[in-house]
Amino acid sequence: MSFTPDIQIFCCHYTSQQAIAEGAAGLKEDGLPAGVAINRLPCSGKLRVSTLLKAFEDGADGVCVVGCPADKCHNVSGSRRAAHRVLAVKKALAELGVEEERIEMFHLERGFHPEFIDAAVTMNERVMGFGPSPFRDEEKTAIKTPKKKVAVKKPARKGGKKK
Amino acid sequence: MIIAERKPVDEIVEMVADAKRVLVLGCRGCVSVCSAGGEREVEILASLLRLGARKEGRTLETIEATMVRQCDREYIEAIDQWAGRYDAIVSMACGVGVNFIANLRPDDIVYPGVNTGCMGGSAEQGVWTEQCAGCGNCVLHLTGGLCPVARCAKSLMNGPCGGSQNGECEINKDVPCIWQSIHDRLTRTGRRADMDRVAPIRDWSSAGHGGPRKVVRDDLTV
Repeated sequence: MSFTPDIQIFCCHYTSQQAIAEGAAGLKEDGLPAGVAINRLPCSGKLRVSTLLKAFEDGADGVCVVGCPADKCHNVSGSRRAAHRVLAVKKALAELGVEEERIEMFHLERGFHPEFIDAAVTMNERVMGFGPSPFRDEEKTAIKTPKKKVAVKKPARKGGKKK
Repeated sequence: MIIAERKPVDEIVEMVADAKRVLVLGCRGCVSVCSAGGEREVEILASLLRLGARKEGRTLETIEATMVRQCDREYIEAIDQWAGRYDAIVSMACGVGVNFIANLRPDDIVYPGVNTGCMGGSAEQGVWTEQCAGCGNCVLHLTGGLCPVARCAKSLMNGPCGGSQNGECEINKDVPCIWQSIHDRLTRTGRRADMDRVAPIRDWSSAGHGGPRKVVRDDLTV
């Protein structure tokens, strides 16, 4: 079955800095899959389990969280907290009989642009294999307005600030 | 506090399979502190129930609310504000809350959203351990404040069993032998003689072996 997966990426300011600097056109050129939306947060530790679940309620076929390396989080332990919350959603998905791999945590170095795109491509391919989310409310998603995507602004200085 | 943990979601989805509108009711008491049934967990469970229903091709409406407590009559009466707007209640309080709703609202259907575990404390973030068995006849004054009823696998009253090795319980190396801890603590605090007192054969009727327990305080009743 051919479909364009709706993939919601929740990422921290630091890991997505360089990707965002590319701008929408640049990201498309670099291979960011069409159905991927980037939701940028100050820190992945800010994420709540309910936010991740809401993404599925809103029609996401897959959810991807990108945060700093577990031992090098800008906010000390934010990405570890995020990873735990992703695990909580995985457990709940498994209990509901849904592929727990529809959500994944990625720990990336800040400013690593190709790896950010790779994470999105990995999730896209994985979800393509699974097919549409069993939570999809076809009636609702058919009339769903396009998701609000994070404004992709070009910062004054390209690239992530290295530690 | 009372330690609880959310039931597996599929169990709860099955419970509410016949309901179209569910009141997911949290408690701001113990279950909120142990992150099992507070406001945040209500939000999560309501979302999971909607997702679970949607997966089965149903639509489920949820009302999310959290009460100060579910173990007092006046708070249970407050459920009236949602009268006629739900087919079933999923209580995320401990078993006491579920029982209180069942006691006081004879026509309401109520389901448990959590498994109630024990009375314990937070050993570290995300880890809780049992500390008290609520046996109704406290001996902590003789045991250095450490409970042999709740924390000894065999609830022994007169010292360790033969399975205690190097201060560890034979059931699990992660469980300290509480009698070893009692001995060490009484020695450290100069009260080792307390160990010589022979505990009499215990009357377990206060621990629930005589049926459901009831406490009546004449100074408080009206």
